[in-house]
Amino acid sequence: MDIDLMLRVYPYFLEAAWVTIQLSVLTILLGLACGILGAAGRLSRFALFRFIAAAYVSFFRGTPALIQLFLLYFGGPQVGIQLDAFEAGVIGLGVNIGAYMTETMRGAIISIDKGQIEASRTLGLSRFETFRKVTLPQAMRLMVRPLGVNINAQIKGTALVAAISVVELTYTAQRYIGSTYKPFEMFLIAGILYLIIITAVGKLVTFIDRRVRLP
Amino acid sequence: MGLDFTVVPSYADALLLGVLWTIAITVAAGLLSFFGGILFAVIALYAPLVIRLPFRFVAWLFMGTPLLLQLFLIYFGLVQIGIDLPAFVAGVIGLGLHFAVYNSELIQTAIIAVDKGQMEAARTLGLSRRQALIKVVIPQAVRDVIPPIGNMMIALLKDSALVSVIGVTELTLSAQLAIGRTYRPFEFYAAAAVLYYIINLGMEAVIRRIERRTQLSR
Amino acid sequence: MTEKTPFVEIRHAQKSYGSLEVLKDISLTVERGEIVAIIGPSGSGKSTLLRAINDLDPLTGGEIILDGVQVNKSLPHRQYEKHINEMRQQIGMVFQHFNLFPHLSVRDNVTMAPKLLKGISGKEADKLAEEQLAHVGMLERIDYYPSQLSGGQKQRVAIARALAMQPKLMLFDEATSALDPELVEEVNLVMKKLAEEHMTMIIVTHEMDFAASVCDRVLFMDQGVVVEEGPPSKVFKNPDKDRTKEFLRKHLEGSK
Repeated sequence: MDIDLMLRVYPYFLEAAWVTIQLSVLTILLGLACGILGAAGRLSRFALFRFIAAAYVSFFRGTPALIQLFLLYFGGPQVGIQLDAFEAGVIGLGVNIGAYMTETMRGAIISIDKGQIEASRTLGLSRFETFRKVTLPQAMRLMVRPLGVNINAQIKGTALVAAISVVELTYTAQRYIGSTYKPFEMFLIAGILYLIIITAVGKLVTFIDRRVRLP
Repeated sequence: MGLDFTVVPSYADALLLGVLWTIAITVAAGLLSFFGGILFAVIALYAPLVIRLPFRFVAWLFMGTPLLLQLFLIYFGLVQIGIDLPAFVAGVIGLGLHFAVYNSELIQTAIIAVDKGQMEAARTLGLSRRQALIKVVIPQAVRDVIPPIGNMMIALLKDSALVSVIGVTELTLSAQLAIGRTYRPFEFYAAAAVLYYIINLGMEAVIRRIERRTQLSR
Repeated sequence: MTEKTPFVEIRHAQKSYGSLEVLKDISLTVERGEIVAIIGPSGSGKSTLLRAINDLDPLTGGEIILDGVQVNKSLPHRQYEKHINEMRQQIGMVFQHFNLFPHLSVRDNVTMAPKLLKGISGKEADKLAEEQLAHVGMLERIDYYPSQLSGGQKQRVAIARALAMQPKLMLFDEATSALDPELVEEVNLVMKKLAEEHMTMIIVTHEMDFAASVCDRVLFMDQGVVVEEGPPSKVFKNPDKDRTKEFLRKHLEGSK
């Protein structure tokens, strides 16, 4: 193993890791926003909203994220959407993970026992009040861990933007593999950095889950 | 430049060939990930400590890194140690091993969850521990993970698009090649998306069927 | 001389988990064809004793001997595994919760072990499955899966599965405790049939009536020791020990 080389190139990987972190944070925030809207749509009383949300989930979960990203970045200009690679990455991947988060949130909400809703309604709370005061607080506790799984997947998913030449960790690793012919060493540097990010975020998710979980 | 989908049909053959390759790589990598997952689960649970611990470390490394990075490692790494595999084979190995690690986690959990009485009943009949694992415990664990493994297979189908970056001419790369000639990215990526969606629907139908067929033996 | 050697012999069986002694120096002999019931409150050690006989819960002290061969021999690991697997082939066991293999059909539940361990072929195995299932009245369900059977039917299949190995001894660990009351009788009938065929059986049970009608001898266990043993007429009708009386009285009240 070429430790010297690894020590020489790792600062470039650190810079790239920062880009990966930015991509992760932005795509996850956008994903959560899409997830909330999507779940609201999926559970809406109005058939039109339900249909739109279902179509959103179905398309983004039914096709590869890479194709969605290419469609936005390369195909976007044809329909008047001009984005640079980083912007396309954030929007493309954020909307994609949002579809998965939609299903996570919806799953948590519909898993709440019907008896809870009935009990609340018999106390005289309205449908909306019941959702806000009874269903949602319970569902939010349930969704922390599965959302953590989505987030974990998305951190690794940011690697896709390497295919549209955003200089993040995977792109950097690929470039240095090409120039140094040391695939294992380059994989190891990038891998360790990914693992640090993922482990840190995982710990955060576990911490939140412990804080909000009911005894 | 507006949209013009009329260019797509003239590349229908190339795209359909891409569909076939996508299905081929998904099936091949899917089988590798399934049987590899069982093997990895057995190693992770029952191999001697000196094998088990490093194995678990490597599994952890693979679960914490992107598939795309792993594909680069396998593709370029193999070339470096003098093994020049066709891109398709490298893609199958990369995708298959990546998902085998995930499947292994599912199967490990399922093996541990099989009722202790099953092992006891098998041992009481005189089966050795190994025979009991092979005949009684592992088949039940595998049956129990069929639904989540089905979801893994769907994820695998979509992630198979990534092998385009190491030069496997599956659906995504077929679309890119057509775009290279026509400069019509939107049309061809949209066409590819539709084709992926259809393959996805077909695959879901197959998986539901398999799930139903294993219902009885629960 | 050989006539005098007991068929099953348990010598000074001891079992402890740390400082907790669950079996305290129990000795017991069972003759060929004899049917012994073990009764007692939960936690008395009766199931532990039964599970020690085929080494499912290994003893910490003492010996188990079946037909002149020690079951829990001390041997190097590999040899011991081989030995115990051979011994277990001769000892059938029926569990409270059936433990049928849910991924196998009724037929395959019965034939799996004989095929694997005795090397019998497809046709022979089918014949064996049909015989054994007919014996417990389950032949018409031969191609069902366990999930399609009632509890009583499952237990009858479990008995057929154990019998298919042609065991010398059958162990029943509360075979009817998990069953709905109306399903108990069908399993009891199968056990009675085995008794008429002079199968050697050791039965851990809560059912005093059944024990009284089928068994040659009854053991009352409490806190890891055999408190009293004798023919059912004696133990049930006219026990010597206060603990036995107490247990039977409570049990009678409980079942009312």
